[in-house]
Formats: sequence, C-alpha cells, structure tokens
Amino acid sequence: MTLFAFALLGKLAWNQLPPNPIAWGGALMVIFGLIAVVGLITYLHRWQWLWKEWLTTQDPKRIGVMYVIVALIMLLRGAVDAGLMRAQQAVAVGGTQGPLDASHFQQIVSAHGTIMIFFVAMGLMFGIINLVLPLQIGARDVAFPFLNATSFWLFFAGMALMMGSLVVGDFSAAGWLAYPPLSELKYSPTVGVDYWIWALQISGVGSLLSGVNFLVTIIKMRAPGMALMKMPLFAWSVLTSMSLVAFAFPILTVTLTLLALDRTIGTHFFTAGFGGNAMMYVNLIWAWGHPEVYILVLPAFGIYSEIVATFSRKKLFGYVSMVWALVAIMILSYTVWLHHFFTMGAGADVNAFFGIMTAVIAVPTGVKIFNWLFTMYRGRIRFASPMFWFMGFVVIFTIGGVAGVMMSVPAIDYQVHNSLFLVAHFHMMIVGGVVFGFFAGLTYWFPKIFGFRLHEGLGKIAFWCWGIGFVTAFTPLYVLGLMGATRRLDHYSASLGWQPLFIVAGIGVVIIACGIAAQLLQLGLSVLQRDSRRDLTGDPWNGRTLEWSVPSPAPFYSFVKQPVVTERDQFWADKQAKVHHKKEYEDIVLPKNSGWSVAIGACAFVFGGTVVWHIFWLTPLALLGIVAGIIIRSMNDEPEYRLTAREVERLEHQRLRKVKAYEASQI
Amino acid sequence: MSNRPRVSEHNEHSLTYGKYVGGFLGSIFLTLCAYWIAVHGRGGLGMLEVSLAVLAVVQFILQMVLFLHIGEEHGPRWKLAAAGFMLGIILILVGGSVWIMNNLNTRMTPQQMNQYLRSQDNL
Amino acid sequence: MNEELVSEHRREYEATQKTIVGFWVYLMTDCVLFASLFAVYAVLHGNTFGGPSGRDLFHLPYVLVETFALLTSSFTCGLAMLAAQRKAKNEVLFWLFVTFCLGALFLGLELHEFANMVHDGNSWRRSGFLSSYFTLVGTHGTHITFGLLWMAVLGVYVAKRGITESIRKRLTLFSLFWHFLDVIWIFIFTVVYLFGSRGV
Repeated sequence: MTLFAFALLGKLAWNQLPPNPIAWGGALMVIFGLIAVVGLITYLHRWQWLWKEWLTTQDPKRIGVMYVIVALIMLLRGAVDAGLMRAQQAVAVGGTQGPLDASHFQQIVSAHGTIMIFFVAMGLMFGIINLVLPLQIGARDVAFPFLNATSFWLFFAGMALMMGSLVVGDFSAAGWLAYPPLSELKYSPTVGVDYWIWALQISGVGSLLSGVNFLVTIIKMRAPGMALMKMPLFAWSVLTSMSLVAFAFPILTVTLTLLALDRTIGTHFFTAGFGGNAMMYVNLIWAWGHPEVYILVLPAFGIYSEIVATFSRKKLFGYVSMVWALVAIMILSYTVWLHHFFTMGAGADVNAFFGIMTAVIAVPTGVKIFNWLFTMYRGRIRFASPMFWFMGFVVIFTIGGVAGVMMSVPAIDYQVHNSLFLVAHFHMMIVGGVVFGFFAGLTYWFPKIFGFRLHEGLGKIAFWCWGIGFVTAFTPLYVLGLMGATRRLDHYSASLGWQPLFIVAGIGVVIIACGIAAQLLQLGLSVLQRDSRRDLTGDPWNGRTLEWSVPSPAPFYSFVKQPVVTERDQFWADKQAKVHHKKEYEDIVLPKNSGWSVAIGACAFVFGGTVVWHIFWLTPLALLGIVAGIIIRSMNDEPEYRLTAREVERLEHQRLRKVKAYEASQI
Repeated sequence: MSNRPRVSEHNEHSLTYGKYVGGFLGSIFLTLCAYWIAVHGRGGLGMLEVSLAVLAVVQFILQMVLFLHIGEEHGPRWKLAAAGFMLGIILILVGGSVWIMNNLNTRMTPQQMNQYLRSQDNL
Repeated sequence: MNEELVSEHRREYEATQKTIVGFWVYLMTDCVLFASLFAVYAVLHGNTFGGPSGRDLFHLPYVLVETFALLTSSFTCGLAMLAAQRKAKNEVLFWLFVTFCLGALFLGLELHEFANMVHDGNSWRRSGFLSSYFTLVGTHGTHITFGLLWMAVLGVYVAKRGITESIRKRLTLFSLFWHFLDVIWIFIFTVVYLFGSRGV
C-alpha cells in the first residue's frame, strides 16, 4: 500500500513540511494569503467578473496590471528575505548563532536573488511594457495577443512553483544561479534545486515568447508614419531589450535543461566525474546572465528618457546618440560575460579581452547619463516624484557603475570577486538603475492606466526612505568587501570587527522597509481618494508621446482611430501647434478573451510540480494538456470580434458623459 | 479602377520548382562530397575540418536561400536582419565558449592544480 | 463596398506577414538554442571517460541514409508548398503524406540507432560525450517529433477545409519549421558524425 502511495505521490511526504518556526511563518503566509484572496473573491461574488474581465483578457493593459501586481507581491517576499538576511548577519557573530541555521540562510539567500531578478524585475518590466508600449507606438495591441496572455500565465505558473517551495519541500541552497557541482543531485539531493530549475524554466519560456512578441510588435505595428528614428526612446529601449531577450533566453533554456537532465536521467554535463565539466555551466549561465542584466536596465533607461524630457519640458538631448548608445549596449552586452568568472582560472589573454570589453560597455552608458543631464540643462524642470527617482538613480547608479569599472580590471577583481564589494555594486545597478526606474515609470504612467493620480507627498517620502535606506544599507558593504567579507556568510568571527557595519546595513534595510510601507500607504490612500485625484484630460504631466493622447483610463480599444505620425514627439508637436483631430469613428477588430492561456499556464504548473516531486505518471498528462491546448486553440479560426464604428461612438459618448458628470459634481 | 489587390501583394516570393529542385540536388551533391571527404579524405586534420566546415556552410546558404527564401522580402528586410543578428550571436557564443573552455581546461587540470598547491606549501 | 474588401484583404495580408516575421524570429531563437547545444558538444565531445568515442560508435552509411531521408522530406515539403500555391488540395495532401513518411523514417532510424547504443551500455549516463551527443541529436529529434505532430494536424485541416488563406499561412509556417530542421541537421551531420567518425 505504501509502495502504491509512493508511486502516486512521488517524493511528497509529511516530512516535507517546513522544519522550523520561521519556515512555518512563510508557509502560513502563503496558505492564509491564498485562503484570504479566494475567500474575498467568493464573498464578493466576483469569480465570473474576475474570469471575464481579467483572467481571460488579451488586453495588454490588463495583462500589464496583472504582471505588476504579481511582481509587487513578490517584491514583498524578496524584501522579507532581505530583512531576514540582514538580521542574521547583524547578530550572528562569535558565539551567537542567529535566527537562521546555515541551510535555511542559504535557501533564503538563493530565494531572495531568484525572486528579485526573475519575478520582480522581469515582472515589472514586462508589466510596464505591456501597459505602455502599444499605446506609445500608436498600436491597439501587441502582435500576438494570445501569446502575450500565455506568457503571463507561464510567468504566474513559475511564481506559483516558487510559492509552493515555501509550503512543501525546501528551496535551492545553491545561490540564485545554482552552480554545479553543488546544485547536482549528489550535493543537493532534495527538491530545492528542482523547484528553482522548473520555476525559471517555465517562466523563462514565457519571457522568450514575450521577447519575440514585443519585437514583432515594434517591427510591424507602429502607427503609420512612425519610422524607427521617430519612435520614442522607451520604444527603442524595448526594441533593444527584447532583441536581447530573444537571443539570450534560449541559452538559459538549454543550461537549465542540462542541469535538469543531470538531476533526473543521470547525464554528465556538469557532474564532478564521468567527463562532466562544471565550468561549462558557469560559462553558459553567464552567457545568458550578462545579457539578462541589460535586458532589465535598458527599459529602465528608456523610462528615464521619457521622464527627464517630460519633466524638463524640453526635448531629449541627443536623440540619435541615445539610440546608438542603446544599440551599442545591446551588442556589447554579448561580449563581456566572462567578467563574472575572472577568477575561475582562464589565462591573462582571455581575462584581458573580456576586461577591456567590460570597460568599453561603460562608455555608451555614460553617454546616456550625460545626455539626460544635458536635457535637464536649461529646461524648465518640475520636480514631481518620478524626477526624484531619476535623481536618486543618477547618484546611486554612477557610484555602483564606477565600482563595476574598477572590477572590470581582472587584477582588482581577483581581490573583490564574490565579496560584499561585488554585492554592493550589483545592488546599486539593479536597485538604483532598474527598480528606481520601474518605480518612476509606475508613478508616471499610473494615471494613464487607472484614471487617477498617486499621492505625490507619500511618493516623495517613499523615495527618500528608499534612497537614504538603500545607501545606508549598501555603503557599509563596499567597506566590508574591501575588508575581505565574502558574500552569503551566515556567521562570522567577532575578531574581524565587521559587526558594526552589518548593524548599520541592517538599519538601512529598516529605512527601506519604511519606504515600502509609504508606497503601500500611497497606493491605498490614492485608491480611497481616487475621486478627488481623477485625471480628466488624459495628459496629467503635459507629456510628449502618443500614450498621452488617449483618455485616462485608456479605453480597452486604446485609440478611436490609429494616429498618423510625421515627427518625433508627435503629441507634443500637435499640442504646440494646437492641432485638434476631428472625431472620426471606424470599426475596430479586437481579440476575444480566451481561457486557453490560463489552461496552458495551469498545465505548465502541474508539469513543473510533477517533475519536481517525481510524480512521473502525471507529467505526460500535463504535457498533453499543454499540447492539446495549443492545438485546440490553433483550430479557432475566429479569435477576433468586431466593434462597429457606431458602438465605438456610443462608448465614447458614454465616457464623455461620465467626465462631464464628474466635473459637475466637483464644482 | 481595379479593386483587386495586386498579385505581388499576395506572393511575397513566387515559389518555383527550379528553386526547390536546385536546392535539393545541390544539397545532395554537397552532402556526398562531405561524406566522401570524411571517409576517404587524407591530409592534415586541419584540412579535413576546414573543408567539411566549408561544405556545411555552403549547403547552409543554399538551403537558406532556396528553401527558406531568405533575402526575398519586399520592403524592410527584417528576416535578413534577424538572421544576421542570430549568426553574430552564434559566432560569439560558440566561438567564445570554445575559446574560454579550452583555455580553462588546459589551465585547470587536476594535475596542474596539485602542482600549484604543492608549490605553495613552501611559502 | 469594394473598398472594404480591399482593406479586408490588406488586413489579412498584413496579419499573415506579421505572423511569418514572428515565426521567423522564433526560428532564429531556436538557432541560438541549438548553438548552445553545439557549444556544449564542442566542449564535452572529448570527455569519453574511458568509454567509446564517436569514431567507435557512428556508422556513416546509416547516417547518410538518415540524412537523405530528411533532405528529401525537405524537398517534398517544398513540393507541397508549390501545390498549395496552386490551391491543389489533393496534391498538397499527397506531398504532406510523403514528407511525413520520410520524416517518420528519419526519426525511426535515429531511435533505432539510439536504442542500439543504449542496449550496448552506451547511454547518456556513460560519459559527458554521450550526454552531449544524445541531448544535441535528441533535441533535434524532439523537434522532428513536434513537426510530425504538426503535419498530422495540418493534414486533417487540409482534408476538412481545403486550401484557404488561413491554411496556406499555416502551411507556410510549417514549411519554414521543417526546412529549418534540415538546416540544423546539416551541422549535426557535419560536426557530430563526420568530424566524429574521424576522431576530431
């Protein structure tokens, strides 16, 4: 009987539940969170509404909102991980063990990095691109709406696996990149690394498909007259970033697959014997990993370009050089990956080549920073909260960036590789560059999507807490790194004198937590006060690009009529020339909702879960579900519906009546 | 005024028997050449690799042009650009990886590591 | 009224072009996937761990037959496309069927080769070389399998609905996929089998 149960449930067993109180805390948060969400929706009788309006949607604006919601929830989890890590390192000195044992600490370290990169940064990025890109290039939708929705649900499935690891089983303790041999079966026999592999593999497929999708959207669906050199910089940044996604993610797919094969069917790609080569894993994972960080930062650069131009009330300085800088960074990002493993033992010639290329890639980045500053020079600057995030970025990213240029010299890198100096550098890049950029973008474009503005004061408080907290948390790490502290330490000797610095870093994290609290407060308060914060014009910031030409919130069909473009910043030009477009209505073809995206995502989750837990009888069924979903969906010859011109006119009049009624009520 | 769309709009590339037959026969020929060289060829190992690689690349171009119709787009040549970019990435990825791993493998053999460790013992 | 028809045609044409470009970009990403596997093979092919190398295992005449099967299927796929251009439904079905059979033959030969190797104790568990061999060639074989499945679905489609614009688009996409698989095989044939048989 036990044998049968074993086969049925694979490796699932009672002893896979959390082993200690802190781990139970995580598990209970997931379980109660799920119960709370399901309960609330049931109580409000909103299941049908949720399914029809959100879960099966193919409207990129709604898909974008779902991405951002998931990413922000994961941000909370990643931040809790960070808090636990800082707490551990502040107290675990000499005789004190700290709240976490070594294994648990390593799992939290690994989860923190994995969540922040793959689910927070990638999630916010794809979310913002979905929300903004089609509007900005004058398109109603992305090139492949069904694929877009499926990508989101694959992302969701990966996230669900990450959350599952909090409840049953453990997580990988091999860092956010799971180097072998540690991540091989011999040294990580539990399901942790498998959770890591499949969460990333499944969401990675979603990312790859999104990369192709947005690439083709920009190539093929720009408004008539919008030549590439007339596109807004954000659209250019998405073009270059998605080119990186499309051509780098297959490397990740292969590398994860090879590790999975080593762990499941006994291959010897990266094992310590039988002709495996663990160094090849490091090589491949960074051949993906380096483009990945540029994937994240380029859209953030694009956001800054939009924000700086808008809030300086001046056109962006050096448009052409900004475009070339993006392209140069895109190409160069494929030529620097060895700088992540200078110390693995390659010769001076190899190290020198990659060191030089790494130094070179800093040049186009510098060009961009100067161009933003030149844009501000002699502009009529308005310091709204998005500009605060930008100013914080300039300071933090520059400091972190020059630390990076230092480390591009292999001789220096030998001293600081894998120390806290490195950790401080890349956090300044990702938080100062990517996260601040996405926060700025979310604030900037929030009114366009939801129709009301966020509370400015709380936004500024959030920025100051984040900025001061972040610098407080990470400056000590530079010092510690130079003093010899390595990364991922769960305990250290008192004689080293490191503790005061770790305590300061811990204080920094507390200040960041205040920033997060301010953001949550900002969101809640703004929703409650939304009636007094309504954006009635559709153009709350006096913007320059096409997305501000549609009302706020943007209607589900986006544009009544696709705009025609003749120059850069067409919307701004129209405003200056006081051009008013006649109201013309035409038929609009839109994609129908589809439940198949959800079904494919669900089957992907089951597939991942069954492979992780060795419930192998269920795996082919899940795979069959995915394949069947694709085939059945492909047989749908009528995936679109037509909105007649009259219906559009009616919807527009309805919207205008609401605006007038609201204006009247405010008097 | 004709309301039918121009024929050229529908056929991005007009398919002809010639292209497919040419591609097929050319590929057979190149494959047999490569086979013959691999089985019967003499000469230094370098010559072998180069000639087989060249034959493969030629057959690749042949099939890309005649079967996959690359370079025949009207308007902006996105397919060609994507293919070109892909080739660049592949050269960097495969070439770079082989260079790096070769370098690492020769410098990081267990024997060398042991030698180095032993040499450090006297410090 | 005619203007609507023209704009409808134009819309369909644009949509088809968009899908073809998108699928082409996906194929380019698949090339990078295979390139990664080739890189792994290049690094690990010498790691036989005392076991057999390519020279010991590969039978070139057998592989040549496989190669010609796949190459011919690529050709017959082209013939199917030509028939589709002329909207000759039965000819399309015939050439699709031939393509399917040749593809299945290729796959069968490959699986037979794999089975023999496993039976002799030379499976993917034996060495780094064999792991990379089975994965590179096996990934290609998996793509072929999906292609066969796609062909079967297309065949049912064509039989039921004839050659519509929508189906022509799908056939175009499939033919891109099938030709691309033969292109990848050129490199597997050369790098794995030809080089391997000479102990390179």
